[in-house]
Amino acid sequence: DLSLPNGTPVDTSSPASSSSLLNRLQLDDDLDVETRDLFVTVDDPKKHVCTMETYITYRVTTKTTRAEFDLPEYSVRRRYQDFDWLRNKLEESQPTHLIPPLPEKFVVKGVVDRFSEEFVETRRKALDKFLKRITDHPVLSFNEHFNVFLTAKDLNAYKKQGMALLSKMGESVKYVTGGYKLRSRPLEFAAIGDYLDTFSLKLGTIDRIAQRIIKEQLEYLVELREYGPVYSTWGGLEVELSEPLEGVSACIGNCCTALEELSEDMTEDFLPVLREYILYAESMKNVLKKRDQVQAEYEAKLEAVALKREDRPKVPADVEKCQDRVECFNADLKADMERWQNNKRQDFRQLLMGMADKNIQYYEKVCVT
Amino acid sequence: MEDCLAKKMEITVSEAEKRTGRNAMNIQETYTAYLIETRAVESQSEGHCAPVESLWRRYSEFELLRNYLSVTYPHIVVPPLPEKRADFVWHKLSADNMDPDFVERRRIGLENFLLRVASHPVLCQDKIFYAFLMQEGGWKEMVNETGFQLKADSRLKALNATFRVKNPDKRFTELKHYSDELQSVISHLLRVRARVADRLYGVYKVHGNYGRVFSEWSAIEKEMGDGLQSAGHHMDVYAASIDDILEEEEHYADQLKEYLFYAEALRAVCRKHELMQYDLEMAAQDLTSKKQQCEELATGTVRTFSLKGMTSKLFGQESPEQREAKIKVLEEQIQEGEEQLKSKNLEGRDFVKSAWADIERFKEQKNHDLKEALISYAVMQISMCKKGIQVWTNAKECFSKM
Repeated sequence: DLSLPNGTPVDTSSPASSSSLLNRLQLDDDLDVETRDLFVTVDDPKKHVCTMETYITYRVTTKTTRAEFDLPEYSVRRRYQDFDWLRNKLEESQPTHLIPPLPEKFVVKGVVDRFSEEFVETRRKALDKFLKRITDHPVLSFNEHFNVFLTAKDLNAYKKQGMALLSKMGESVKYVTGGYKLRSRPLEFAAIGDYLDTFSLKLGTIDRIAQRIIKEQLEYLVELREYGPVYSTWGGLEVELSEPLEGVSACIGNCCTALEELSEDMTEDFLPVLREYILYAESMKNVLKKRDQVQAEYEAKLEAVALKREDRPKVPADVEKCQDRVECFNADLKADMERWQNNKRQDFRQLLMGMADKNIQYYEKVCVT
Repeated sequence: MEDCLAKKMEITVSEAEKRTGRNAMNIQETYTAYLIETRAVESQSEGHCAPVESLWRRYSEFELLRNYLSVTYPHIVVPPLPEKRADFVWHKLSADNMDPDFVERRRIGLENFLLRVASHPVLCQDKIFYAFLMQEGGWKEMVNETGFQLKADSRLKALNATFRVKNPDKRFTELKHYSDELQSVISHLLRVRARVADRLYGVYKVHGNYGRVFSEWSAIEKEMGDGLQSAGHHMDVYAASIDDILEEEEHYADQLKEYLFYAEALRAVCRKHELMQYDLEMAAQDLTSKKQQCEELATGTVRTFSLKGMTSKLFGQESPEQREAKIKVLEEQIQEGEEQLKSKNLEGRDFVKSAWADIERFKEQKNHDLKEALISYAVMQISMCKKGIQVWTNAKECFSKM
């Protein structure tokens, strides 16, 4: 706990912040599907070929009853750049909040076709999730940049407008490059930090394991593909046994197909979600860092005040409030994340299960001679 | 089939034991001995069982028995022995002859061999076979005394015959092709199967890593912890289950291997036929040439070129007495030759008849056995899948409770 050099304890959590925390939580609970007033979807990817470049746009559809929107429905076309811009804007304007991650900008792994169906679909799903998470957020969803993103016909014009206001950048920079040294991190946040570290580590391990499994499965598939036809060849040699032998061969063929599907589904649905959460953890850590910065700044200012022996409650109060907000939102978001994690985990585990099930059921149906 | 040995006697190879001893060259060696147990089956069981008799045999003795049977009954498709050395292994199985799993599978294979011989209508009546089962001491000597090694056809002779024979029975030629193809396809199958097993093993085992990481992850989670932990446990179960699955599959592979080796036995019968046929053709050819020679000497015309002809032209003809003598000898030889030819012909026909009868029997056996093997393989696959479903369903439940 922080205290002034003269021994007076400083209240770092004012009653105001606790109640606001409760408010936040309540707001969240109220966000049931029935009472939701904003729905956003990303679909219909289209390829655009221009002289300078080729790129994909996605249709973003909005349905809402909120007053902040002029119309009840909107449909606009956006490309990845636009999503990226939105995310940066959100980070700038809501530095104390956790902004959902975007799918990776550049695909580093080997030769990946940026325009292949699978890649585009995977990305579309991720972008859809990104917007839905913002939509679900009690504060972010009311952000003006978000509003513009959903509604503006010409986003580029708005973007250019934003760039001119560089003064706004100054404030956010302060948070990042404060350069203050932190005295003591509250246990709570240290714990979150540790958790996130271990969490990312474990997810990374799972990602590697899953990739390894897919690799092994594909190698297994290769052998299976050779295995099936041998039975066929044998069947050609025999008279009485040719039917059962052909049967086995066909079964194995079906198994191959099922296995292929399993690996594909794993790659398309399971792995991206893992990676997304790793990204999430990364950005969470950044927020933690910012929080640290804010706290450090606050501490430094406190010291300065103490040294000057001036009565300047204003600055500390500001900083204090700021820190409060960080704490609140962090706690809030963490709770959020856990909940989402549960559901998401359930979701894609069920997906994996379902996949395994399908594979296995295939085996069953098909292996009856 | 009713009075074959298998019906009258229970035969098992019940144990295997490692032994050390000195071999023929007085070098110490380790080998495995197998216990053969036999018990007479009473046709009317009145609640009393005949006593169990037993003796120990090693693999080389089985080999001796089989060689004896192959030579003594060349028209029979003699059941094969299980492999001498582990072949078609995938990485987990060791190729070591002393490995307990290998020994165990061999034990089963040897028992299977004995049962096959015992249920064969002709082979089961062989006295040497009976002695193999019942008489521990002096058996080797008994076998050698039959002098069967002398009856064995040399490989070279057989190879020669295969190339030179002109008119083998078409069915045998087809059968030979079939057994060649069968051998090739089953070998291929076994090789690929071994690779498939290897890969499948890999897939299952990597899932075990999930178990560990879930456990570590669950340590840092609150609500999700229990679910993760139990799911991790199921992943471990999954990874471990592959060992049993693949062991069962080895049994299937062994069944296929038996027929792989049977192909060789089929080929042996075909070879014998070719040899006999070649022998017959040679005898016939010999007879024809002798008759011709005789005729030439008798009529004085030289129709064919011969060295004799040339030398006699150069050095003068022989006297009429000499010619007479020669003709006499030839006529005797021709008589002998014709009798031999007749008996060889008969032999050949008998061989073809009895061999083909056994081949038909074999075909039925093969179709029946392989069908069963395939069915049980499918059943194995299904049970493997059911286990997989079980594990993943359990894991799913754990996840849903997170």
